[in-house]
Amino acid sequence: MILPNPESLYARLREQVDKAFPDRSELGLIGVHSGGAWIAERLHADLGFGLPCGFLDSAFYRDDFSERGLKEAPKPAEVPFEVAGRTILLVDDVLYTGRTTRAIVNHLFDFGRPAKIELAVLLDRGGRELPIDAQYVGKHLPLKPEESFVLTRDDQGAFRLELEVKPSE
Amino acid sequence: MNNPQLNAAGELIHLLSIEGLPKAMIHRILDTAESFLSVTDREVKQVPLLRGKSVFNVFFENSTRTRTTFEIAAKRLSADVVNLNIGSSSTSKGESLIDTIDNLAAMSADMFVMRHSESGAPTFLAQHLNRISGGAIHVINAGDGRHAHPTQALLDMYTIRHYKKDFTKLRVAIVGDILHSRVARSDIHALTTLGCPEVRAVGPTTLLPSHLENMGVRVYHDLRDGIRDCDVIIMLRLQKERMTGALIPSAQEYFKHFGLTEEKLKSAKPDAIVMHPGPMNRGVEIDSPVADGPQSVILNQVTFGIAVRMAVMSILASSKGA
Repeated sequence: MILPNPESLYARLREQVDKAFPDRSELGLIGVHSGGAWIAERLHADLGFGLPCGFLDSAFYRDDFSERGLKEAPKPAEVPFEVAGRTILLVDDVLYTGRTTRAIVNHLFDFGRPAKIELAVLLDRGGRELPIDAQYVGKHLPLKPEESFVLTRDDQGAFRLELEVKPSE
Repeated sequence: MNNPQLNAAGELIHLLSIEGLPKAMIHRILDTAESFLSVTDREVKQVPLLRGKSVFNVFFENSTRTRTTFEIAAKRLSADVVNLNIGSSSTSKGESLIDTIDNLAAMSADMFVMRHSESGAPTFLAQHLNRISGGAIHVINAGDGRHAHPTQALLDMYTIRHYKKDFTKLRVAIVGDILHSRVARSDIHALTTLGCPEVRAVGPTTLLPSHLENMGVRVYHDLRDGIRDCDVIIMLRLQKERMTGALIPSAQEYFKHFGLTEEKLKSAKPDAIVMHPGPMNRGVEIDSPVADGPQSVILNQVTFGIAVRMAVMSILASSKGA
């Protein structure tokens, strides 16, 4: 498979967000650790927002805790604005089963009741297990269950995309 | 060495003592605690990690404060908490302890938080539970005799790391009744594991155990000398209830020599932090102006303690058993 250039995916996503939210003075931007946090930081710097950027980790809200346990280093939640009554834009790198998004949405509600939550992702790889969808998508690119996208960031902050294939057990 | 705290995969299945905990595990607990700290500032001070799990606080020795912090930690993780205060006088160790525990395990306990006046009781419990449950039921030692108080040591390490960042440049003094203190023992092991180059024990000869030098600790009998140029001062409570012989002449006399006053604190570094595991005896081991002063981080320790206990509970619950 020829992988898309993550920088052009990002440019496409940025354009959609820019168009959808011309007034960003009160919009709450939240990146999901770790890939989504990088994208959110970039959006925040490139587009300009009235509020500081927030970050959430799904670790404490995952539904697979009893099977997979707690991940090595969950990141502290940073939500530097009032959530209650606000429109929130969540940003993640890859949308797959929707379980991470479910965890993040639950996490967010423990800060308050938002007016609306929308989701922006770099890649939608299909395979949803929950009724969750992204409103802003860099690209739809279905993968097989054993494959996964891995987003990394180089020293200059540029995105790189790799395909990881897990050997079937 | 048989280490019942860890399973074959190196996962933490019980927390019994700091001894035998790898440095990376201590840092993992502290890192996880840092994430839990932010839960406390939110509208909903709870995460659903341990939803549907039961945590039994079994305290064979009274301690309202420690029990409460464990209870808060478990509740912030959405666990169900059952508190049992069992007077140690009514139970003789061995058969009856096992009977008690078997009964509680039959009530579907997932985790025991245990305090006991006998050193080694939580280890005994952990070994028993490993046999009957394959390590699926976890034990946290909330203080056993003079042996260990690992969660207190971990919250002390969290506090030190929070204020001082790097353990490898620190001079730490532990002051007071080290002989009767499981906190001191656990702190010394934790500091050594984390690479602290200089740990000092300060107190009268009668309150210092004889083997301290073997633990890599420098011994001082004068408070000013002992805390000189230190970055961290951990004051210990004078354990009156544990003192069977006449180890000190009087509380007043003790305060005169080993009570931390503002004046004596000047011999430490100007940015030194003062810690105390609580409850404090004001005017015995610590003077009020120091306890309430700008260098005191005693109340912050309490806040950190809840996050650290949440971290320990969630890491134990995520292990795969023995």
